[in-house]
Amino acid sequence: MITELGHFALILAFMVAIVQTVVPLVGAHKRWTGWMAVAEPAAMIQFLLTAFAFAALTWAFVTSDFSLRLVTLNSHSAKPMIYKITGTWGNHEGSMLLWVLIVALFGAMAAWFGGNLPPTLKARVLAVQASIGVAFFAFIIFTSNPFLRLAVPPLDGQDLNPLLQDPGLAFHPPFLYLGYVGLSMAFSFAVAALIEGRVDAAWGRWVRPWTLAAWVFLTIGIGMGSWWAYYELGWGGFWFWDPVENASFMPWLLAAALLHSAIVVEKREALKSWTILLAILAFGFSLVGTFIVRSGLLTSVHAFANDPERGVFILMIMVFFTGGALTLYALRARAMEAKGVFGVVSRESALLANNVLLAVSCFVVFVGTMWPVIAEMFFDRKLTVGPPFFDMAFTPFMVVLGLILPVGAMIPWKRGSLGKAWRPLRIPFVFALALGALVWAIQTDRSALGPLGVFMGAWITMGAVIDLWSRTGKTRDLSRLTRLPRADWGKATAHFGMGVTFFAICGLVAWKQDDIRVVQIGETFEVAGFTMTLDDVRDVQGPNYYSTMGFITLEKNGRALGQLRPEKREYPVAQMPTTEAAIDYRVFRDVYVVIGDPQANGGWVIRTYVKPFANWMWAGTLLMSLGGLLSLTDRRFRVAAGARKVPDGVPAE
Amino acid sequence: MRGWIQATVLGLVLALPVLAVPVQAVQPDEILADPALEERARELSKGLRCLVCRNESIDESNADLARDLRLLVRERLVAGDDDDEVITFVVDRYGEYVLLQPKFTGSNWLLWAAGPFMLLLAAAVAFTYLRGREKAEPLQEAGLSPEESARLKRILEE
Repeated sequence: MITELGHFALILAFMVAIVQTVVPLVGAHKRWTGWMAVAEPAAMIQFLLTAFAFAALTWAFVTSDFSLRLVTLNSHSAKPMIYKITGTWGNHEGSMLLWVLIVALFGAMAAWFGGNLPPTLKARVLAVQASIGVAFFAFIIFTSNPFLRLAVPPLDGQDLNPLLQDPGLAFHPPFLYLGYVGLSMAFSFAVAALIEGRVDAAWGRWVRPWTLAAWVFLTIGIGMGSWWAYYELGWGGFWFWDPVENASFMPWLLAAALLHSAIVVEKREALKSWTILLAILAFGFSLVGTFIVRSGLLTSVHAFANDPERGVFILMIMVFFTGGALTLYALRARAMEAKGVFGVVSRESALLANNVLLAVSCFVVFVGTMWPVIAEMFFDRKLTVGPPFFDMAFTPFMVVLGLILPVGAMIPWKRGSLGKAWRPLRIPFVFALALGALVWAIQTDRSALGPLGVFMGAWITMGAVIDLWSRTGKTRDLSRLTRLPRADWGKATAHFGMGVTFFAICGLVAWKQDDIRVVQIGETFEVAGFTMTLDDVRDVQGPNYYSTMGFITLEKNGRALGQLRPEKREYPVAQMPTTEAAIDYRVFRDVYVVIGDPQANGGWVIRTYVKPFANWMWAGTLLMSLGGLLSLTDRRFRVAAGARKVPDGVPAE
Repeated sequence: MRGWIQATVLGLVLALPVLAVPVQAVQPDEILADPALEERARELSKGLRCLVCRNESIDESNADLARDLRLLVRERLVAGDDDDEVITFVVDRYGEYVLLQPKFTGSNWLLWAAGPFMLLLAAAVAFTYLRGREKAEPLQEAGLSPEESARLKRILEE
């Protein structure tokens, strides 16, 4: 019964979304206030209906209603409750429902917080947002309906893929989707502005919080996915340049670019047309990502042909929205004249350089991801584009970006002088260089990665500190810092986090150590200065799996650091094994232990990895998101959201 | 094939790269006695793709085929091949599909040049734009429309 109500609510939400697309658009065109006003309640109703449908599906999973095809395929009665709940979106249909729920959520939030928007812009934004909803409602209802029943329900389900039975599933996809879909708001604002034919500072101010929020969610989502891969996949890799990862990384890069270019629109009324284009592309890449992941195109060209219906549907959605928006852009972009005048050496140029680097690096990732398909289709070459390509072709952009970041962050608006901006940064730069050289001198191998990471990390983090320090004025009055706008704190925090992440990635890759050996029970062995003893290996039974658990004592210089319990699990229903690594997390390094197969002579294969600075990577990611959140709480987003720009933003230097 | 199916199912939901089955990678019995040779073998393995996995090197993969390839690489090294000879040997048998880093030859120059070319193009466009901005006359703000003035007045009074 609840299932049918959920199904019904989903179809109703589809209808409401259609109304919300058509009526306000016509209303805004004809200036009929009544028609425009439809958007707001419609957005709310659409969200509530979708939320109800989602709740109904969750209910079916929680109560293990195996008359539902989806529940049978992806759940099992013995599965722990948390995985029954998270299992709702641990499959194609459910995750698409989550996608569209978030589309509706953002629409409802725009209706809610958008009180200050001019009525026509608001009506158009909500209509465009609803049209995205319409496309995905149709996709769900016609090709991926989660509410289909089985004629003969089985006694029990086929269980969820064991790799997904992890707390990571509770957070990673929702955050990622909040990010992907959050970019739809920037897209809706961009298209609405194109229809409206007007982009000004106020528009920049309205669109920035949504972009910021989407970027923060994407950062958290990608960071968590990376951490999940790190502890779950069994050898501590954190980034694989896999097409699926790239699909989430490309929108992140463009969102970061959009974030910065929207500042220029807001403060200086320049880069307008480029910002609109970025907003369209950022969401376009979210759709490209969805298409890549859903269609299976990149797994194999043939997998795409096997399930063409879904792939083609998403391809059509992608072509319609991206193509439509770009056509509109081509027609209207000329109307957006820049107002601000500025020199080649200025904050505006620095932000433009940031945009060029981020956008081109996104392009590199895109070409690398698509190249195997292109090469096979047009050049008849079957080849692989793996991590070495991305490391070589992508990293230089990030290095250049990191190099100019501290200078660009401090150079004044309009017209600056490089010498002046450089002066306070001389000491950090020399200090960072010295640190890098020191590391180069003391490390044993000749890899340049470690020293580079140290230099870049030190340079970017110290640059962020100097940026704040320079705000204390000539008198070095620290109390000024407490009165700084939150956006400035956010900027420094996010940049600092980027420096930390930069350092951590280089450090981890450069200085990790590993060891593989056969260990007898009771045997003691040494890895990278750690003493480890395999005390015992036992069979343990979990709620829906059998586990072989190793008990390893970890010591350093005679001091016990704790017991590690790596596991090998077998899930009988899904008939799949998993490894559960045991990790001793510390500030400067992780010790990461995996247990392998028993050997003929009675020993066990034990793999040990020492991963320096692994935690710094997640900490850096968190700092970046924290910076975004700080910016988001800035007063001007709350107060002046609807007012026209009052000349305040540009500090006279 | 099983690996692909599982990977697809997982990939549908996550931006998590999915390796078919938990990684066991290099087994102790594969390791060569000579540490220098083993080091070279590991380095070479990192650049070769496991043919049945997604974007995974044979050094990381636990598939049987990956194990065969690892053993093959070590066999060639023990036989005295240098690094290039080993790679050529493997590519001759399995095609360039096994190389994680695409070659610089033929149509692939498009792939490698795409980034630098785009950067040059973008930099040129950006620079032209900047020069334009530098020389531009400051545009006068188009005044507010009557309804906007009313709105501004209302907001300021609040």
